[in-house]
Amino acid sequence: MLRYIGKRFLLILPTIFVPLILVFLLLRLSPGDPAGMMLGDQATVDQINALRQELGLDQPIWMQFLLWLKGIFTLNLGDSIFFRKPVIEIIPSYASVTLLLTLVGLTLAIIFGVTFGLIASMNRNNPVDRGVVGWAVLGISLPEFWFALLLVFVFSVTLRWFPVAGYNPPSAGMIAFAATIFLPALALGIRQSALMTRMMRSSMLDVLNEPYITTARAQGLPEKKVIGEYAMRTASIPVVTVVGLSASYMLGGAVTIEIIFALPGLGRMLVEAVGRRDYPVVEGGVLTIALVLAMLNLLIDIIYAYLDPRIRYQ
Amino acid sequence: MTALDNSASEALPSGDGSNPVTANKNVWERLIGNPTAVFSITVLLLITLSAVLAPIIAPGNPMRVNPVHRFTPPGAEYLFGTDNLGRDMFKMVMWGGRTSLMVGLIVTGISMSIAIVLGSISGFYRQVDVVLMRFVDGLMSFPGIVLAVAAAAILGPSVSTVIVSLSVVLIAPSLRIVRGQVLVVRELQMIEAARSVGVPTLRLFTKYILPAVMSPILVQASFIFSAAVLGEAGLSFIGVGIGPNELSWGNALTEARNYIAKAPWIVFFPGLALMFTILALNLLGDSLRDILDPRLARRR
Repeated sequence: MLRYIGKRFLLILPTIFVPLILVFLLLRLSPGDPAGMMLGDQATVDQINALRQELGLDQPIWMQFLLWLKGIFTLNLGDSIFFRKPVIEIIPSYASVTLLLTLVGLTLAIIFGVTFGLIASMNRNNPVDRGVVGWAVLGISLPEFWFALLLVFVFSVTLRWFPVAGYNPPSAGMIAFAATIFLPALALGIRQSALMTRMMRSSMLDVLNEPYITTARAQGLPEKKVIGEYAMRTASIPVVTVVGLSASYMLGGAVTIEIIFALPGLGRMLVEAVGRRDYPVVEGGVLTIALVLAMLNLLIDIIYAYLDPRIRYQ
Repeated sequence: MTALDNSASEALPSGDGSNPVTANKNVWERLIGNPTAVFSITVLLLITLSAVLAPIIAPGNPMRVNPVHRFTPPGAEYLFGTDNLGRDMFKMVMWGGRTSLMVGLIVTGISMSIAIVLGSISGFYRQVDVVLMRFVDGLMSFPGIVLAVAAAAILGPSVSTVIVSLSVVLIAPSLRIVRGQVLVVRELQMIEAARSVGVPTLRLFTKYILPAVMSPILVQASFIFSAAVLGEAGLSFIGVGIGPNELSWGNALTEARNYIAKAPWIVFFPGLALMFTILALNLLGDSLRDILDPRLARRR
């Protein structure tokens, strides 16, 4: 098992570095000079050059990258050009919002997805199944920002059940937190729950055809046990695999959702930082997302190996 | 895989490799017989027609501001109502579709072409494959939209920026699919036979490998199209997309969210058009897959 984890760990390294290298190059090769922007129109050439030197912008590009890599390993991500504070102090508060949003959204998606998929597979080809399949196709095609706006219109503007926008951290009380996180998480989770519904359904249908299920039934095991214990464990493997992709998708989708609901999360921070050419914050944000995803994917690989022992011994 | 084996085995007896023409005819006939496919093609045709014919159906500048008639609810005069600047929402939806569909089409074309070329190379040359696949892994697991946001915002909002950034982001999943198919096809006997009689590599690709991997590429193209349309809308919606002077469904929604209580129709119609487009593309992809890959179809 340890060897398996080690192998997986090596495989996730590119998933951390590829996005980082891309963003790093993109930022450095783009027009616009952060030193000039920080100092404004009044700055002299000397002042700009001095600041460029201070920020390391006068070094060749590979040197800047190496310096920055060194920074990552020593947990020194540089100072935000805009906030004039270390990036590492800025990111956690934003990251926590996005992580909570993604976590709640993912939980909703899994609950809805697995339940609906299970219901559909138990009612194969009857109206219930068709209804669920139809909803899933519709759900996959819902643009989440549009769905978010519809949710705001129905539940916040018309019914007034939830606030229109804003954020209460969990420390403000669970109810206050839930009130501000529920709609965004629902909007973010809807597509993924539709995907998981389809996945769970087709994977259940596959598993129910397996001989070992027939054997279990033939031996007179109660249907509850056959489905709940034998079928679901195997059927959930493909669903677990998509959780990683879903989380990645949701961390991306969080950008629009955070803007609609005015949540102070990573996505909004990124868009704002990019607008200000605040390089260290953008890189720090991308690094955070990449790290979170890498850890999540590693976790999923481990769950995967737990669910299906064959994988461990490959 | 079964679809592949089928197309390959169908191809073998004909002697001169596969015959994509008869294969396509077959696909088309089966598409027409599939109600989901017919529905999705009809919807797509309607949306495309209304976008192409926008100057005839909804003549006049869709961006024309008319403050006297702002926030007019949908009715006889303004079918979809007017927005906060008094612009005719019907015109905006019709004209917006032009940009949205065009961006989707171009992005699909670019990213699929690159994916086909790189995927074939990756599937054929082991050394390239190792590097390229690690790169694809990196791109795949990272939210593409975040990279697109960064790219679009850094390069400045414009139609070409959106096309470039979405194309790059959407290469990875298609590349992986093409590569996987090429890996299977290259082991087929017909390829071995072609190689042993000295068919040049380029000809091997265009004549034998490409036709054999075409089905998954077709399926993938419709999903990439829908991802591109959705991506453009998302980027434009948060203001890092095609820029304020252009019109697309996503752009039409940007301002709308501020007036959702007062004029919900501004939000409703562009989003509905967007959703129908994506729905139709997804359904088309699904039915194409059902038709081209019987193994998966049996599962449903």
